[in-house]
Amino acid sequence: MSDTLGMVFIGIGLFFDFVGCLGLVRLPNVYNRLQAATKCVTLGTCSILFGVFLSMGFVAAGIKALLCIVFLVLTAPVSAHAIARGSHRSGIRLTEKSVTDAYAEDDEGEA
Amino acid sequence: MKAKLVLFVVVFLVWLGLSWSVDVQHLVVGAVVSLLVTAAAAGMFRRTPRLLKRPGRYFYFLFGYVPLFIWEVVKANFDVAYRVLNPVLPIRPGIVKVKTDLKSDLALTFLANSITLTPGTMTVDVDRENGFLYVHWINVKDPDIEGATRLVAGRFEPLLRKIFEPEEESE
Amino acid sequence: MMRFLRWFLGFVVLGGLIALIIARPAPAIFYPDLPHTGFVVRALYILLLAGALCMYRIIFGPTAADRIVAIDIIGILIVGFCAIVSIATNRTWYVDVGIAWALQSFISTLALSKHLEGKGFDE
Repeated sequence: MSDTLGMVFIGIGLFFDFVGCLGLVRLPNVYNRLQAATKCVTLGTCSILFGVFLSMGFVAAGIKALLCIVFLVLTAPVSAHAIARGSHRSGIRLTEKSVTDAYAEDDEGEA
Repeated sequence: MKAKLVLFVVVFLVWLGLSWSVDVQHLVVGAVVSLLVTAAAAGMFRRTPRLLKRPGRYFYFLFGYVPLFIWEVVKANFDVAYRVLNPVLPIRPGIVKVKTDLKSDLALTFLANSITLTPGTMTVDVDRENGFLYVHWINVKDPDIEGATRLVAGRFEPLLRKIFEPEEESE
Repeated sequence: MMRFLRWFLGFVVLGGLIALIIARPAPAIFYPDLPHTGFVVRALYILLLAGALCMYRIIFGPTAADRIVAIDIIGILIVGFCAIVSIATNRTWYVDVGIAWALQSFISTLALSKHLEGKGFDE
C-alpha cells in the first residue's frame, strides 16, 4: 500500500521535474527561467524524496529523506535569490516584453 | 550562554535524526561534533533564544503557516506547468516594488522565501532600511506599489507578523 | 505560425521519447538484477532526459547566468536521482550522498553568483 503511494508521489515529482527543465529551455530570459525551474524542480524533488520516505518507512534512510526535504526547501529559494541579484547587478536586462522594472529605476536614481 | 545551549540542542537533534540509532558510539560522537559546531557558529545565532519565550507562535507556525505554504507551492507549480506547456507562452514579466513592515531578519527571510516559492513571483533584492522588496513577477497584474503589495505579500505578511514580531511591543 | 510549428515539433520529439521510455521496457543498465526495477528504471530515464534539457541550457546558454541557473537545477535533480537509486538498490547511503550533494551545490551556487556579481569570494 505505502509502496504504491510512494510510487504515486515519485511519479508526480518526475512530472514536475520534467516541466521545470522544459521551462528552463523554453522561457526567454534568465529571471523567468530561474523562476520556473526553481519552483518546479524544488517541489518535484521534494515529492520524490517524500515518496522515498513513504516506501522506506521509519528507518534511517527515510528520516534522512525528510531532513533532505527541509534542507532543500530552505536552500533553494536562497540560491535563486542570489543568482537573480547577481545577474541583475552584472547588467542583464529583462526581456523586451516586460512591463516594468522598478529595480533598475531605483538603481539609476541612487547612482 | 543560553543561545549556545539552544544551538547545541538543535544541532544534536539534527544529528540524532541523521544517524537514527541510539547507541553509545553515535551519542558520544554526536555530542563532540555538536560541541565543535556550537563553538564555531555561536556568533551567528545570538538572537535565537527569544523565540523560545512564546510557545503560542509555534502553534501559528505549524497550523497556520505550513499548510498555507504547501497549498501555495502546489498552486504555483500548476501555474508554472500551465505557462510552460502552453504554446503561446502567456507571460508578462516585470520587476515590481513591494512594501513590507517586517523588520527582523528572520521574518524578512521567511517572507522572501515564501514569495519565491509562491505563484509567479521571485524576490530579487531586499532593501532593509526602507522596507522594500524587489519582486520579479512573471505575470504583472498591477505595477503600482500598493496593488503589488496587496497581491504579493498580503497572504503571508499578517501571519508572519503574528509569528515573528510580537516581542517588539513587550520589550 | 513558426512558433506553433516549433512547439509541435518539440511536443512530438519529447512526447515520443517519454512514450518510448514508458512503453518499452528500457534496457536496465542500472542494477538489472534487483527487484521492482521496471518503475525505477523508467523514473531514472525520465530524470536523465530532464538532465539532458539542463545540459542543453549549459552548453548553448547565451549568458553566464543561464549556465549558473542550469548548474543549480542539475544539482537539485541529482538529489532526486540519488534518492531513487537508493530505493532501487536498497543501499541506503545513497540518501547521504544526496544530502551532501544538496549542501555542496547550495554553497557552490552562492559562490558562483557572488562571482557573477563581480565581487571576490572572501566578502
